Amino acid sequence: MDSMRLSDMREGQRATIVRIGGSGPLRRRILEMGILKGTEIRVEKYAPLRDPLEIVVKGSHLSLRVEEAAQITVEKVR
Amino acid sequence: MNAPVKRLTIALAGNPNSGKTTIFNNLTGTRQKVGNWPGVTVEKKEGVIQRDGYELKIVDLPGTYSLTPFSIEEIVARDFVLEAHPDVVIDIIDASNLDRSLYLATQVRELDCKVLFALNMADVARSRGIKIDAQKLSELLEVPVVFTVGNKHEGIDALIAEAITLSERGAAATPSRKVKYSKDIEAAIGALRDFMAARSDLALPYEPRWTAIKLLEDDKIVTSRVLEKTGAFGAEILAETARLRSHLMDRFDDDPEILMTDERYGFIAGIIKEVVTTSTRQRVDISRNIDLVLTNRFFGFPIFFFFIWAMFQLTFTLGAYPMEWLDAGVGWIAQGFSALLPDGLLKDLVLDGVIAGVGSIIVFLPNILILFFFIALFEDTGYMARAAFLMDRIMHLIGLHGKSFIPMLMGFGCNVPAIMAARALESEKDRKLTILITPFMSCSAKLPVYIILAGAFFGPRAGTVIFAIYLSGILVSIVTGRLMRSTLLRGADAPFVMELPPYRVPMLKSLMIHMWDRSKIFLRKMGGIILAGAVIIWFLTAFPRHIDYTTDYTAAAEQVGAAFNERMLAAAPEARAALEAERRTALDKIETAREAERTEKSYIGRIGRFLEPVFAPIGISWRGGVALLTGFVAKEIVISTLGVLHAVDSADEGDALQRALHRTGMTPLSALSMMVFVLLYLPCLATIAAIRRETGSLRWTFFSIAYSTSLAWVAAFGVWQGGRLLGFS
Repeated sequence: MDSMRLSDMREGQRATIVRIGGSGPLRRRILEMGILKGTEIRVEKYAPLRDPLEIVVKGSHLSLRVEEAAQITVEKVR
Repeated sequence: MNAPVKRLTIALAGNPNSGKTTIFNNLTGTRQKVGNWPGVTVEKKEGVIQRDGYELKIVDLPGTYSLTPFSIEEIVARDFVLEAHPDVVIDIIDASNLDRSLYLATQVRELDCKVLFALNMADVARSRGIKIDAQKLSELLEVPVVFTVGNKHEGIDALIAEAITLSERGAAATPSRKVKYSKDIEAAIGALRDFMAARSDLALPYEPRWTAIKLLEDDKIVTSRVLEKTGAFGAEILAETARLRSHLMDRFDDDPEILMTDERYGFIAGIIKEVVTTSTRQRVDISRNIDLVLTNRFFGFPIFFFFIWAMFQLTFTLGAYPMEWLDAGVGWIAQGFSALLPDGLLKDLVLDGVIAGVGSIIVFLPNILILFFFIALFEDTGYMARAAFLMDRIMHLIGLHGKSFIPMLMGFGCNVPAIMAARALESEKDRKLTILITPFMSCSAKLPVYIILAGAFFGPRAGTVIFAIYLSGILVSIVTGRLMRSTLLRGADAPFVMELPPYRVPMLKSLMIHMWDRSKIFLRKMGGIILAGAVIIWFLTAFPRHIDYTTDYTAAAEQVGAAFNERMLAAAPEARAALEAERRTALDKIETAREAERTEKSYIGRIGRFLEPVFAPIGISWRGGVALLTGFVAKEIVISTLGVLHAVDSADEGDALQRALHRTGMTPLSALSMMVFVLLYLPCLATIAAIRRETGSLRWTFFSIAYSTSLAWVAAFGVWQGGRLLGFS
């Protein structure tokens, strides 16, 4: 399948969240912001220094660091 | 006869950027009080209004996405609802961001309190093709819902009316429809609740079902409070909780708190399906288009630096005019007092202590007002989040959040507003670290010190030396940041999961309230501490009153005066003007010599002498030591004290002081050592007042002072001793 890390996605690509790794508060905070398994997201852009990145979840724009995005496994939507 | 006023407390809860502050401002207008929540540095806003015979205290809870106790803000918000029992909690729901708003809303509803929803910004949602059935939402969650448009003042009165009605309704406010979790989790919640209920003599601190949920979520705060209340039985509750938790973990291969977060969102998805109708009409996302430019890979940084540059420029150039007026005003007041008061101690105290001290701080007010206006502008438009987005990569190297950049940059201008600007940071650790390292950004008041010292000893290379000093400050802040992150302020820096809210046109009223609130704090609190500090320094410099001078300056002055008088009589009329000037110079010389000796023998001079052994190993003379001590009030004073101690006439300070410094044995190396010391040592009084105020902790303030000063000494020691070892002088 097209499983990959969120941090490996390119600008403009869409994906569905498959798994959120990591542990503790960070993981829960990601979930609480509405980044959940099965949610569709779009990578809006990377910051000029390639970190952090901006994603669109259910119409709202969120930013997270590349190291945080690396914990999130997604499946690309074509 | 007046009926007794009924008092109600209404708390406002909601996500950041949900329009909560706008509604709060609309409700309370200028009748609001800004302070800190007890013991923490989270801004607390409240306001009292009269409505329909009620006195309503409106409390603005910190904006949060959740009520799980990760951040101070969340703890503060939850504790207020749990412990202070507000009569009504109004949860503000951002209609254009329903999922996340409802996530907080379901958590607020789980608490044992009366809840009312304000469905805010439904107009924005409608324009995006989202239609919300408020009636249905109200029925599904059994919570009254009121439509509001905060920035147009719509629905605000209805909201308050509804809150009053709700408060009058009977006690049974907890809705019967709860978030329904899945079978296994509900079973665990039920089991734990029954387990605790079996001991009916126990007074649980909170509502039983909620307590069970929080225990299963491994909520540290609730756990410890339950333990406090249940005594010996507490251990059994813990054991049962652990058993149920591990059962759930085995079953689902995930932590219960994660499962519950997931299920809450599942519950919300169900509600949304029923109350929201989305039309396919997709409008152009204006915010997105703005961001195509403002966070663009190529234009993002230049535009950001332009904005920062503009803010900096306007703060200090535009502020310079009112600053001059204020300065003139202070001078005018001083003159007034000078004429009014008879010569003597009181006059000295008022003029040199109070007016000079407070006057030197009050002149910063225009700067502070302008600066806070811009910061409010950045925050209210939504640009602050973009600035953090751009800068995070760089700031993360120091273990800081992208938003720390603004306070640190402001530090180059003046540390006082810079430290106050650290309020924009959400995490308390980030804020403390930012506050600790901001003083290493060499502020503009230190520049005159560098200019005099580097100018005197490094000639054409002065510019390079000053630049190196600034650079060293930045370097020290980076090292400090990394050091603190791995020691005192350890712990993962706040996750960067941050919302980039849609851009909004700021409202002037809100900007003004923002700006004025923060400036008020500056005026009130700074005033007190500054006043006390200035008076103390004045006392140390002005006392003891009677000094045994080595020379009889008064007699010398009389002699000179008499001699000139004779010459004046003898001189031709056209030579008299030159003679008069000569006389004045001679008299001034005696006066400065007297002032030098007086300062040397004053308490502060004696302290300087006493501290000589401390300053000797870093190559700074006792005069330098005293100057550094007086620099505690404001860094500019270092130069004027040096002038006084070297008996330099204030009229031709610069050059004469530089020559005098050479004469008293200062060398390039000791000048460098002194510059390094000035760069790093204890911040000025106003800054310390700001640190105290913003960290809310005396210990942290003292730590900051001790850390910077010992660091300064060690660094200066390294420069002086190392330089000498290498053969420099």
